Amino acid sequence: METISILPPELIRMLIAVIIIISFLFLNAIMMGYLERKIAAHVQRRPGPMEVGFHGILQLIVDGVKLLGKELLIPFKVDRTLFRVAPLLSFTPVILPLLVIPFSEKLQARDLNLGLIFIVSMGSVNVMALLVAGWGSNNKYAMFGAMRAVAQSIAFEIPILLSMLAVVLMCNTFSLKEIVGAQEKIWFVFLQPLAFLIYVIAGVAETNRAPFDLPEAESELTAGFHTEYSGMGFSLFFIGEYTNMFIVASVAAVLFLGGWHGPHLPYGEYLGIVWFFLKVYFLLFLMIMIRWTYPRVRFDQLLNFAWKYLVPFSFVNILITAVLVKL
Amino acid sequence: MKQYFSEIYTGGKSLVEGLGVTFKALFQPIVTVQYPREEIDITPNYRGHIDLVLDPEKNTFLCISCGMCEKACPSDCIKIKGEKLEGEKKKTLVLFELDFTKCSLCGACVESCPKDALEFSQEYNLAAFSREAFHFDILKRLEERRT
Repeated sequence: METISILPPELIRMLIAVIIIISFLFLNAIMMGYLERKIAAHVQRRPGPMEVGFHGILQLIVDGVKLLGKELLIPFKVDRTLFRVAPLLSFTPVILPLLVIPFSEKLQARDLNLGLIFIVSMGSVNVMALLVAGWGSNNKYAMFGAMRAVAQSIAFEIPILLSMLAVVLMCNTFSLKEIVGAQEKIWFVFLQPLAFLIYVIAGVAETNRAPFDLPEAESELTAGFHTEYSGMGFSLFFIGEYTNMFIVASVAAVLFLGGWHGPHLPYGEYLGIVWFFLKVYFLLFLMIMIRWTYPRVRFDQLLNFAWKYLVPFSFVNILITAVLVKL
Repeated sequence: MKQYFSEIYTGGKSLVEGLGVTFKALFQPIVTVQYPREEIDITPNYRGHIDLVLDPEKNTFLCISCGMCEKACPSDCIKIKGEKLEGEKKKTLVLFELDFTKCSLCGACVESCPKDALEFSQEYNLAAFSREAFHFDILKRLEERRT
């Protein structure tokens, strides 16, 4: 007890939270990888992974072990520093937003009063990781993928911010805990259906998933920005992508679907996490279904969609919201 | 302006319909099989390598060792040999070899046979470590099928 008491309790709290979040992050990537492959298979009427464990449930763990055992190849004439840094840069910023997300009323590592802005800013760092990976790889496919990722993220960050702003205008705070608190009577998805729709569409684009997966379009760019990565380098990008999906879905749950609110449970201030996870995984399921339903859009279609449809609609939405809030 | 909104409406509607299609497929039965564990029946039209037809009455081959198949084969992969055994008037087949490495499954041998003594087998699990494994002794395969 002596050693613990000299450390500030807040530091220990954060340390525990970070450890839980990192372990959850790997678990989430494994679960999402399995779900993605199973759902994809069943949409195409195949059984999917079946061999390792009951209905292939251990498949992703085996894959992870395989990736761990692989050599980290560094291709000829790459920028070694950037090449090494990029996977870490893609992986680290996705941990931080999870610190401010309120999983339930009392399960939140830190309630920042600028939580939403913190999440958005960390999301932008991820784009830089893709750019660094593409630039450092000395590969034209990787370069093209990175360029596309940047153009796409800039285009889709605006509707995301505007749709978030509509919610912020209604509850006058950037703190995620207070935003969820404001939805006790009615979820914002019923008051802001348009903002929710725009957020989900732009969120799918922001995570670079099909039908907006141009940065890694297999048929055109082999694997886009992570073409040259092998082993754990690739694996970190993969985990980063799935965690990004989780963050986008959990922010949607917090802003629009009432976070931890749901039918009453015993120990509600902790067990609200059940409702939170149900909402998040429902959205993730939707994102997977979207990926396996729609074909990839062309690049001009992608940018047209952002600038001609999403941005004007979110502007109109925010204008109406502002007027109604002021009345 | 009217077109702009009608595009959004029709586009959005078709996107939702598409999601419905995949969602339905999610709960429909699986159509593929786990191959090495489960196998499906091969269609009778399947053209594997050739086999001798087993005559159910005489319990032997119908081949008269005429050598038409040997001549018809464009890749020279059939080798047959007939001998006059003692006490028999006609030739009896003693050797029927197929070099499957060269066979293109054209079926000229099956069509040229005057006695319809050749047929396509249903074999498709063909994998081996050496080239010689694909020099099939068709006569021996028939002996194995005989009861």
